[in-house]
Amino acid sequence: MIADIGYFALVFAFLTAIYSAVAAWHGNRTGQPAWVESARNATIAIFFLVLLAAIMIIVSLLRDDFSIEYVWRVSSREMPTYLKVTALWGGQAGSLLFWNLLLSIFTAAAMMRKWDKQRDLMPYALIVGSLTQIFFLFITTFVENPFARLAAVPADGNGLNPLLRHPGMIIHPPMLYLGFVAFTVPYTFAMAALMANKLDDTWITSTRRWTLVAWLFLSLGLILGGRWAYDVLGWGGYWGWDPVENASLMPWLAGTAFLHSVMIQEKRDMFKTWNMFLIILTYSLVILGTFVVRSGVISSVHSFAQSAIGPLFFGFIAFMFLLSAYWVTKRRAGLTSENSIHSYFSREAAFLYNNFLIIAILAIVFLFTYYPIISELFTGEKGFVGPPVYERALAPLFALLLLLMGVAPLTMWYRSSLKRIEVAARWPALATTIFVGILYALGIHQWAALLGFWIVGFSGLLTLLEFWKGTRARMRRGEKLLPAYSNMLSRNRRRYGGYWIHIGVLVMAIGVIGSALFQQETQIRLQSGESVSLGDYEMVFNQVERYPGADDLVITEATVDLYQNGTLVRTLHPRTELYTRTMQPMTIPNARSTITEDFYVLLVAWEPLSPNEATFRIYLNPLINWLWAGAIIFIIGTLVAAWPDPREERILAAQARESMLGVAD
Amino acid sequence: MLKRNRVWLIVALLLLISAAVFPVAAQDQTVTDDEVNEVAGEIYCPVCENTPLDVCQTQACADWRELIRTKLASGETDQQIYDYFARQYGEGVLANPPSRGVSLVVLWVLPVVLLLIGALFFARFMRGLRGDEAQTATAGPAPAMPPSAAPKATGDDYLARVEEELGKTNE
Amino acid sequence: MSDMTQTPPVTAETGRSSRISWTSIALWGAVIGLLALLGWGLMRTNATRPEAGQPAPGFDVEFFNGYEWQGKQAADLDEMRGKVVVLNFWASWCVECRLEADLIEQSWRQYADQDVVFLGVAYADVEPNSIAYLKDFGITYPNAPDLGTDISDMYEITGVPETFFIGKDGVIEHVQIGPLSQATLNGVIQQLLQEG
Repeated sequence: MIADIGYFALVFAFLTAIYSAVAAWHGNRTGQPAWVESARNATIAIFFLVLLAAIMIIVSLLRDDFSIEYVWRVSSREMPTYLKVTALWGGQAGSLLFWNLLLSIFTAAAMMRKWDKQRDLMPYALIVGSLTQIFFLFITTFVENPFARLAAVPADGNGLNPLLRHPGMIIHPPMLYLGFVAFTVPYTFAMAALMANKLDDTWITSTRRWTLVAWLFLSLGLILGGRWAYDVLGWGGYWGWDPVENASLMPWLAGTAFLHSVMIQEKRDMFKTWNMFLIILTYSLVILGTFVVRSGVISSVHSFAQSAIGPLFFGFIAFMFLLSAYWVTKRRAGLTSENSIHSYFSREAAFLYNNFLIIAILAIVFLFTYYPIISELFTGEKGFVGPPVYERALAPLFALLLLLMGVAPLTMWYRSSLKRIEVAARWPALATTIFVGILYALGIHQWAALLGFWIVGFSGLLTLLEFWKGTRARMRRGEKLLPAYSNMLSRNRRRYGGYWIHIGVLVMAIGVIGSALFQQETQIRLQSGESVSLGDYEMVFNQVERYPGADDLVITEATVDLYQNGTLVRTLHPRTELYTRTMQPMTIPNARSTITEDFYVLLVAWEPLSPNEATFRIYLNPLINWLWAGAIIFIIGTLVAAWPDPREERILAAQARESMLGVAD
Repeated sequence: MLKRNRVWLIVALLLLISAAVFPVAAQDQTVTDDEVNEVAGEIYCPVCENTPLDVCQTQACADWRELIRTKLASGETDQQIYDYFARQYGEGVLANPPSRGVSLVVLWVLPVVLLLIGALFFARFMRGLRGDEAQTATAGPAPAMPPSAAPKATGDDYLARVEEELGKTNE
Repeated sequence: MSDMTQTPPVTAETGRSSRISWTSIALWGAVIGLLALLGWGLMRTNATRPEAGQPAPGFDVEFFNGYEWQGKQAADLDEMRGKVVVLNFWASWCVECRLEADLIEQSWRQYADQDVVFLGVAYADVEPNSIAYLKDFGITYPNAPDLGTDISDMYEITGVPETFFIGKDGVIEHVQIGPLSQATLNGVIQQLLQEG
């Protein structure tokens, strides 16, 4: 009964999405706004219908209704209630439904805004928005139906994948999905602008906040994924260049390029075609990423080709890409600009270098990630590239990007900024060189690390200087330090929020350099009372205990004492968890974190254990906590940049009114 | 006295015999876990998804780690072990694939080609440097900013202009 | 505002806009070409799946010492044409494979004097462990390692154990995923033997 309600809700949502597209198209063609209004209201109806379907699945999960295949697959009787709810996104069918829910919320919200200045965009936005919804609702309703039944009702379910039972992992998929889905909105508006032939930057400014929020969630999802890998997956690292990780990274990269590139269009009316291309690319990578992340299809091109879902996704991406290409080509005359770049050292050029580097990184990640599929497709043998290859290829590009980050704020629009850069960069360059010299004297001789620290220090100083210059200017007018700083920030949220994001990235870079280049590790078998040394730490093994945990869990926990320079600093408890019903093991490390490093211990699960004997894997990760601290700065910076600003809204509204009246700018 | 010495002799003999009988065990002790992990970290499990051999938890991976240990103990170099694994399980198990065939094209040639194409686009975007000095379409001499090409004012700019008028900033 | 620009600018700009359309054409051509190539590749993999009714992909093997076929050190699938071939993928680390090991060996002894070849292929295994496994179960039929995982790639196996029954004409009759049962083993072999 409940499942039937849910299923029919999905069917109606699918039909309503089709109606929305057709009504908007018809109303626009025949000049009858009533149809378009109806299409707009239909997006709200879709939201309620999909919400109903989602509620039905959650109710089924809570009621342990194992006649529904999805519930059987991801839930079990003993699971705590909160996990039963989060099991909504624990499996493919459910997470696709969840995706649809988020998409319906964002589409409805985007369509219900005040359109007064951009009325002509609305019908096209409805059509394009509906296309995405039609596809995903089709997949959920007819291909990956979460309400599919089982012929015989099992007594109990499989339970959620143990990996998904940890707090970090619970929130990671929703964050990513929020980011993915939010990026469909700027794309919809871009396509609407093309179709309506309104090729100024109205579509950009009206979706600016959407883009930033989408980017925020995607960044959060990636950071949380890394933190969770480090905390729970237990291999001592936070990023493995896994195809699934990369599939989420690629739309983020395209989105970052887009965020920067649109500033050129807003300022100097250039690169309109390029911006269109970037948002189309971001959207395509989002769809591709959603598919890859959920279906594990990268493992084999055969499973891709033979699955029902693979060809459908491929077809949809190809269709939307070609549709977008058609419209960009059709409107190419309106996308040209009379303006051009006049100096290699102007701000436009800086943004261009930024885009070039980011797209280069994206292209390489794309190539390496899909290389196994490409090689399998055309040679039958599945190739592979591991992290060392990625790191070798990408490190120089990232280094250049970090350098650009520091120098770019010094550039000026239109003019050559070379002299200004030279003057402003002199003492920061000197100070950083001295600092790196000190590092060298302290024993750090790896040239890659020294170069990395130099770039981070140099760019960091230049960015902090920007804050100082702005604050000082206000202070000269009589404001005190703190009000000067906060007023500067609130009047220029995008710029200074952006600079904080850059600072966050630079701090994260410190963490990356430390943990990537100076990591130490060892693995050793210990008896009770024996110890092992790593760095200036000594770790003494006490004992191993085994005890049952919640659910069907059996926990094997080791107790070790950590000494630094002779004094006991912490007792750590690395453990393994075994979910006995599915026999799935998990290795949970324990770490002692300080600002300088992490002492990170794993209990090696596949070596024999006894209460007095165990094998340990220990990592010493220098500077790793700068990565997480930098991530926090990064997120705060994004919030500052994205925060609604009433003053800015008024100015934007005035500009939009001017453009509508055709007043020259 | 003598009896005690004989006991010690027997113990010593026994120790020697056990050392001879268990040479493999003695050899394994010379290859540390760290040495195995160093090699295992560069080889990916042929059966599991994207898991290097040093963290993989399956029985198969344990067997492969033992294989690496045995090979290291018999004196093989890292490269020989990589070659062996590539031959036995396909080149797709190596973190660093050898550069030939499809791998060469996709991982080396293609990036370079794309880089060159990117540079070409780059040059086209920069064409303004060449054309505009002679162009009469935009008014005014090069140093001054022609009004038609002036940066459009955005919210930031209005505020920045206010700042500029009230004090020295560098916008 | 530039959205009022409908006609492409003249003079030097005209050269620019025709250059733009050339690069647009080249760019979209490349993208369409890439998509077409991928689509074709995907359709092709779908068409040549090694499943029941399809010809069995050919391969060659080098047998384990002591587990040769007809005394030969190496052999080709083509050489076995005219006989029924039971191709069984297994591994020493595979728990489920042990469930069917005895059954397959007994079956082999039953059909040893008929036109049937039992061929075991050790997937992603370590040789000493493979030999130990074979000795454990007293296996006597031909066995070979899957060097480079080429054969398992060709047969697109989803795991071990997996068994392919190939008829005398070289066409796959049945694919068994997971351990075999007595009924399936006998049933399919009998059917293939009768087909002549």
